[in-house]
Amino acid sequence: MNSNVLFNTARFILLLAAQILIFNNIQFWGYLNPYPYVLFILLYPVNGNKNSLLAASFLLGLLIDMFTNSGGVHAAASVTLAYVRPAFFRFAFGVSYEYQTIKINDRLTPERFSFILVSVTTHHLILFVLETFRFSFFWNILLRTVFSTLFTIVLCIIIIHLFKPSKR
Amino acid sequence: MQQILNFILKNSHKLLFLLLLIIALSLTIQAHSYHKSKVISSANFLAGGVYEQMNAVSEYFSLKERNQELAIENARLKSLLFNSADTAALKLPDTIKGVKKVNVILSKVIHNSFNVPENYLTLNSGSKQGVKSDMGVINDLGIVGIVEKVSPNYATVQSILNIKSKINAKFKKSDHFGTLIWNGKNTGYAQLIDVPRLAQIKKGDTIVTGADSKIFPENIGIGTIYKIYIDDQTNYYTLDVKLFNDMTSLGHVYIIKTKDREEILQIEQETAQPNEQ
Repeated sequence: MNSNVLFNTARFILLLAAQILIFNNIQFWGYLNPYPYVLFILLYPVNGNKNSLLAASFLLGLLIDMFTNSGGVHAAASVTLAYVRPAFFRFAFGVSYEYQTIKINDRLTPERFSFILVSVTTHHLILFVLETFRFSFFWNILLRTVFSTLFTIVLCIIIIHLFKPSKR
Repeated sequence: MQQILNFILKNSHKLLFLLLLIIALSLTIQAHSYHKSKVISSANFLAGGVYEQMNAVSEYFSLKERNQELAIENARLKSLLFNSADTAALKLPDTIKGVKKVNVILSKVIHNSFNVPENYLTLNSGSKQGVKSDMGVINDLGIVGIVEKVSPNYATVQSILNIKSKINAKFKKSDHFGTLIWNGKNTGYAQLIDVPRLAQIKKGDTIVTGADSKIFPENIGIGTIYKIYIDDQTNYYTLDVKLFNDMTSLGHVYIIKTKDREEILQIEQETAQPNEQ
């Protein structure tokens, strides 16, 4: 339990730092950024405390908002993702997911991939809708959501594979 | 009472979610709706400090271009200096009784953003250096933005690449003026709206800041006309302006401190108020 808290705190700080120092500066094609900090919410233990996940996601989003001058956009998207996460688990792994030992950071299976896909798409859609906040940019929002989602998913999978916990 | 407590405990997850979502949404709406009401911004000790350290590393990669820019600026200023006809008889237009109307504070962009509709920059000087909100920010090529929020050591700037930005601008050759906005699409181009159809314009004309602006001094470069749209319904032109500045690559900037701003604002406010009898 204690090592779990430690592990998650380290992940929180590392992903926040990586997002601000590296991934916010990629500006692919001039405007596309990946947001792999959502990995914190995806990799949070399935049976962990739900309220602390909500609070941590909010804090993570708010800190990123502070660095990007974007009000509360990331905080809103992250909190929503943290809240609907159990539903996505059910969608991807079946109804009895709580009794299985699901680990997201492991070999890529269709279940894990669909979970990451649904979560990242939801997060990015909320993020870009709130960030733009105008309906006149509808196609722009959709385009950015699609491409940023692809970008983020590729990066997430790479990161998961790079930092796979050593096998006992 | 017992039941209320039970309800709260049972639904703590849902209630916490709603609370946090409401906070986040209200911050978002506030950031989108009002001018200068950003509760959290990168003009603080933590974000400013991190960006300053990042900039200390990354500025080495563009030293060559920055030097080139400064050399060009120096050459331009030198040519102005050598070509002024008679320094003894020279009358500076914006000087009254030896009091300068404009002060310039040197600063550096430590964080730049240009990939969202509402872009902000972070500068490494703040209220300790005399920066206040609503000061203009320019560089050697043209205008950059307007100071939004200030902390002791850092300041955030509303870039001209921000769909909330509205800056008074005019044509260099005639004094017809319009409003410079950005449509959120291309980082190289801004839009000039509300230009009267009487104005004689053609592609390539230079746009500069107008005299109506209390933030920028007159005649600071903005860009050249790139495309002209004629709207049949109204008597106004809409123009695409190709910016002089490459907003995606900014280094040193100058913060403009106009001394008359408060006086002008005050007298305009007094005029606008109805006369008391």
